[in-house]
Amino acid sequence: MQTGHRKSTWAWLYVEPMCGIVGLFSKSSAVSERLGAHLGDMLAQMNDRGPDSAGVAVYRNPAPQGSSKLSLYAAQRPCDWEAVRATLARTFGGEPSFEVRHTNAVFVVPAAAPDAEAVVAEHHPEVSVIASGEVIEVYKEVGRPLDFVEAFRLGDIQGTHALGHTRMATESLVTTQHSHPFSTGLDLCLVHNGSLSNHNGLRRELRRQGIEFRTDNDTEVGAGYLTWRLREGASLQEALEGCLEDLDGFYTFLVGTHDGFAVLRDPIAAKPAVIAETDDWVAMASEFRAIAVLPGADDAAIWEPEPATIYAWEREKV
Amino acid sequence: MATSEAVGVETVDLATTSLRELNRRLHECATMDDAPRRWRVLNPSGAHSIAVGLDADIEVDVEGHAGYYCAGMNKRATVRVHGTAGQGLAENIMSGTVIVDGNASQMAAATGRGGLVVIKGDASSRCGISMKGVEIAVRGSVGHMSGFMAQTGVLVVCGDAGDALGDSLYETHIYVAGKVKSLGADCTEKDVKPHHLEELKGILARAEFDDVDPASFRRYGSARRLYNFNIDHAGEY
Repeated sequence: MQTGHRKSTWAWLYVEPMCGIVGLFSKSSAVSERLGAHLGDMLAQMNDRGPDSAGVAVYRNPAPQGSSKLSLYAAQRPCDWEAVRATLARTFGGEPSFEVRHTNAVFVVPAAAPDAEAVVAEHHPEVSVIASGEVIEVYKEVGRPLDFVEAFRLGDIQGTHALGHTRMATESLVTTQHSHPFSTGLDLCLVHNGSLSNHNGLRRELRRQGIEFRTDNDTEVGAGYLTWRLREGASLQEALEGCLEDLDGFYTFLVGTHDGFAVLRDPIAAKPAVIAETDDWVAMASEFRAIAVLPGADDAAIWEPEPATIYAWEREKV
Repeated sequence: MATSEAVGVETVDLATTSLRELNRRLHECATMDDAPRRWRVLNPSGAHSIAVGLDADIEVDVEGHAGYYCAGMNKRATVRVHGTAGQGLAENIMSGTVIVDGNASQMAAATGRGGLVVIKGDASSRCGISMKGVEIAVRGSVGHMSGFMAQTGVLVVCGDAGDALGDSLYETHIYVAGKVKSLGADCTEKDVKPHHLEELKGILARAEFDDVDPASFRRYGSARRLYNFNIDHAGEY
């Protein structure tokens, strides 16, 4: 990474802190039991970085064999979640269940996720699927992260790993649909700090490949890119390596997967990221203060991820 | 390091006092004869711009983690962060001393014109970017592009350095005891001469890195192929 000339300027490095990212990967039952509470504490520290909206993805409570989980948010409120449940029960039989948190709900449906998604899309335009899979649950809403933590009762959520985002909008509107995390496939999601500059061209290309986009948001294009690469058979590692080639702009990415999460910074690595690890957890955040609230943070190994380098943690598959 | 004639220690709790109020009170020390000389800042909680623009012979202890731009534009004061510091620590420091017990994020001491910045943990990328006279001592390692376009002053790294060290370097002296991942454009290793060793000893002593052997460092400087270096003025560098 050599500039080799004298005209380089670096004033672009001095940007206002915008958007906050947090991630927590549990390595102990004590942390798993309080995963949501810890994530809420981390998210609260990132309140000032992203006062426009907040969102989290939590990985927990695997759906039974043959069933899947859908994360929905209500575009119209109040939302008749029971009507959605009735449609799913009528279509797939069995006993679909759901749990409401504020303006979002997570359904467990006795069907494959794509089939369940299609039914919801056809019959319930008043709700929108924001994630699906075996273990993922996504919640997001506009408004201050501090309020989000309370409204979505993060404190009572247990799980294996989770990630979150606080948004200061730069590229597009402040709506729930423009909020992170963005789904990139079954049990996959993306949160992003930064801005992509080639997202319009890339969106057109990806649409030709059959990837659907709901917004004009740049991060959704990053998520769509990962979805496309994974659909074409790339491993997560390969898909992330592809980002380095095909995405132009500033980014720190945190990708949630079925079994863990991965971190990637662009080759310039101007957007902040810090990682810390103890025997009980791995945490990633935009600023260390979001990690400092975790138990044992004072004794954690702490480092900033290298540019253009993929860091991944996965729990061993049972 | 600055001495203090302690009139007592003034404590400011950022959990109950606004950052603006803290900085206002610290700035008043420049013009008030009877201002407290020692300050403690409690519950910094990663707030940005703590103790920026100080222009008085005061000591400020930040009891926790500082956010972005802590002690930026410092003049005369001694600021100690008993935790980690976010990006832009002591940016454009003019004089005085800034000490961080933990790690510092990117662009520590950026554009610094004088004074001493001591980082007892690791510094991240772009440490000392465009520095113009500040002395920087890092007990751990520095990240990529450290010393980018560095003009004068001294960067001492007791650990390793990341990619592209000293890219587009002017006349800053860079000393690294550990491994250098790669050198940036126009940066080259140079001999450590007796006067360089003296310079190094002085900074290590001021940083209180007493356990670090000055003889363990390699020196890096500009190959002077990239800018219009005038050999007739070599003595001025």
